Amino acid sequence: MSAVKAKDVFFAPVFNNNPIALQILGICSALAVTTSMQLSLVMGLAVMTVTGFSNMAVALIRTQIPSSIRIIVQMTIIASLVIVVDQILRAYAYEISKQLSVFVGLIITNCIVMGRAEAFAMQNRPGISFIDGVGNGLGYMVILLFVAFFRELFGAGKLFGVDILTSVNEGGWYVPNGMLLLPPSAFFIIGLLIWGLRAWKKDQVEAPDYKLSAHRVKEAF
Amino acid sequence: MSNKETVSKTVTVALLLCLVCSVVVASSVILLKPIQKVNKDLNLKANILIAAGLIQDGASKAEIEEAFKSVTARVVDLDTGEYVDASVVGKKTALEYDQRKAAKDPKLSEPLPSSEDIAGIKRRVKYAQIYLVEKEGEVQTIILPVSGYGLWSTLHGFLALESDANTVVGLGFYEHAETPGLGGEVDNPRWKALWPGKKLYDLDASNEPKLEVLKGSVDRSRPEATYQVDGLSGATLTSRGVTNLVQFWTGEQGFRKYLNKIRGEA
Repeated sequence: MSAVKAKDVFFAPVFNNNPIALQILGICSALAVTTSMQLSLVMGLAVMTVTGFSNMAVALIRTQIPSSIRIIVQMTIIASLVIVVDQILRAYAYEISKQLSVFVGLIITNCIVMGRAEAFAMQNRPGISFIDGVGNGLGYMVILLFVAFFRELFGAGKLFGVDILTSVNEGGWYVPNGMLLLPPSAFFIIGLLIWGLRAWKKDQVEAPDYKLSAHRVKEAF
Repeated sequence: MSNKETVSKTVTVALLLCLVCSVVVASSVILLKPIQKVNKDLNLKANILIAAGLIQDGASKAEIEEAFKSVTARVVDLDTGEYVDASVVGKKTALEYDQRKAAKDPKLSEPLPSSEDIAGIKRRVKYAQIYLVEKEGEVQTIILPVSGYGLWSTLHGFLALESDANTVVGLGFYEHAETPGLGGEVDNPRWKALWPGKKLYDLDASNEPKLEVLKGSVDRSRPEATYQVDGLSGATLTSRGVTNLVQFWTGEQGFRKYLNKIRGEA
């Protein structure tokens, strides 16, 4: 494990081993907060901070954690960090924290954070674990921004709250696609994205669990 | 590394970790509380002023504080419609009274029977906190807190009235979780611009709350148009929720007695 390179650790989660697109983790918050670019950006940054620092903290004390309580220890660290991030957002980004409301708190249950703590930070040094956490947070943020780009542009005609396609509600011509503002639309976009990513990087396609054999038996009727 | 699996080690690690984490969490909460409170108060003040049309969205902190100087908070007994002293609700000044907290306090509120709870708020406060904008001793605007259930969430906002206690100056919500782009359009300035000038009651006919949000658009040639606001397209339930909350808070359970008193005095 000593041969892991910082650059690979940082960039691998963005495209090659993306937490959302390949590992399919952290989908629920990706559905909820991607209605606007601004929310996605802040949510991405919040997750990045939490994954980075929780990975570092877990890696720091990894030799001391008894394996019987390691999951609880990781949870405690993550939960504490999430509360701190939530408090900071409420103090310095009040408007956005109001919109993100419960989803900041729900970073605790975001599988990416705990997945990285368990899979990477428990075996690696603090420095490289921090980079891994930030990289995974970045991978999450990239997907969030990608989904939010389509949802905000076609759902509200805006990007970062700035009018691009002036909607009829504002007296323009564009009739917004209301479905894109509802959570299920993120499923379609993420699905198409995963399809596209796997068509581009063929090695991400899993081997099939089983193969249908050719139909040989003659129908009885 | 060798014997980290013992019971004593496990307990020690757990205790130390909890101690460190609780110190981190507690200190972040305590240290950031003053800043959060400033934000929260400022947000409330800004929303009161926006509903009254005194400032625009995005005003600076100094503008908000300056404009808020003309606003005074009062506590109103909803059952009598009279002003009461802030000491009745256990506060020094009326501004300190937190009506939303009081709505959960059994001493200051009572459960609403579901037949009367058209706004879906479950509990009704006995005392409401209202704001008056005064200029040279004359009341210019009356700002009433309103809340009610939309499609997904309870909407909290302010309804501002002219001194005749009937004509709307503005309606704005500072907190809701309706679908962005559909019900969330209650925040759209173009929709909010439809409210000023509308009337709550047809005072010649009856004293029943009349103002409502229609499904579709208002026929402006008809006389009822003064009591009607265009619905939000694609957000029938949120629009209905807004109708319900406006009618609840201007009705018998809400501010009707208080507004009658104001008109009686005027």
